[in-house]
Amino acid sequence: MNSSVIVFPGSNCDRDIAVALEKLQFQNKMVWHKDTSLPKSDLIVVPGGFSYGDYLRSGAIAAKSNILNEVIKAANDGCLVLGICNGFQILTETGLLRGVLLRNINLKFLGKDIYVKAVNIDNKFCNKYKKDQLLRLNIAHNEGNYFTNPNHLKELEDKNLIPFKYCDENGNINEQSNPNGSLNNIAGIFNEKKNILGIMPHPERMVDQIISNNDGANLFASLLN
Amino acid sequence: MKVTLKKDVLDPQGNVVQQTLQNMGMDTLKNLRQGKYFEIEINENDETKAKSKIKDMCEKLLVNLIIEDFEISKI
Repeated sequence: MNSSVIVFPGSNCDRDIAVALEKLQFQNKMVWHKDTSLPKSDLIVVPGGFSYGDYLRSGAIAAKSNILNEVIKAANDGCLVLGICNGFQILTETGLLRGVLLRNINLKFLGKDIYVKAVNIDNKFCNKYKKDQLLRLNIAHNEGNYFTNPNHLKELEDKNLIPFKYCDENGNINEQSNPNGSLNNIAGIFNEKKNILGIMPHPERMVDQIISNNDGANLFASLLN
Repeated sequence: MKVTLKKDVLDPQGNVVQQTLQNMGMDTLKNLRQGKYFEIEINENDETKAKSKIKDMCEKLLVNLIIEDFEISKI
């Protein structure tokens, strides 16, 4: 499977995701934001980091870069797109994913391991997980507080477009286990066609038992399934 | 150009600022919301045209219409 990782000034998880993808046997290419064409890709990853120093709004400037026009075209043609952390923020700014990521409700930058529950696994990104499996992943963000209008929120729930929700180590999804104030403990969402996924936690940091755990690996393995 | 958060969007920053002012004894303070302000110079003498160009800038980049409102005024 061919993958492309988009690199912006200020991206800082681009190498991590490349290592994760290569470990899972993806043929990966790094793509600079000024490029005007994409290499042949089955998967495009918009990585985490602080593109353009989060100026204006997180992801707002990166969303207007040259390569994003190509990403939007590819996504609309059905290509798989994964936005992690700042990548998720960028995808919402392009409109590929609806809603917005507001400042964390406690106004603090959160850098820690948290738990998410795989509440919807019937999709290309999660089919290797078990339904309601708990994953320990890492978060590192200041704006991860997912917000959208009530109609869209209902649609996300009704159409199973929320793959992961924040929970505690026992799987309880409630206000106490919500790190950033996200509506309904949302940690990630799909577009309606489920080919575009945006998530705040970092699965690419959880692909090696030696440095963390393996809980993120199946997200990439699912794509190869 | 003034950017404000829409009414039904939580403003945790504004809340903290409000709380702090209230803790400082500003007890007449009723409500506080934090926003952004842009000063924009534009090469256009016609005011209506200038405003419509700035509106375009707002809608395409400066403002996230899902959560923010904006107001353009001449200074």
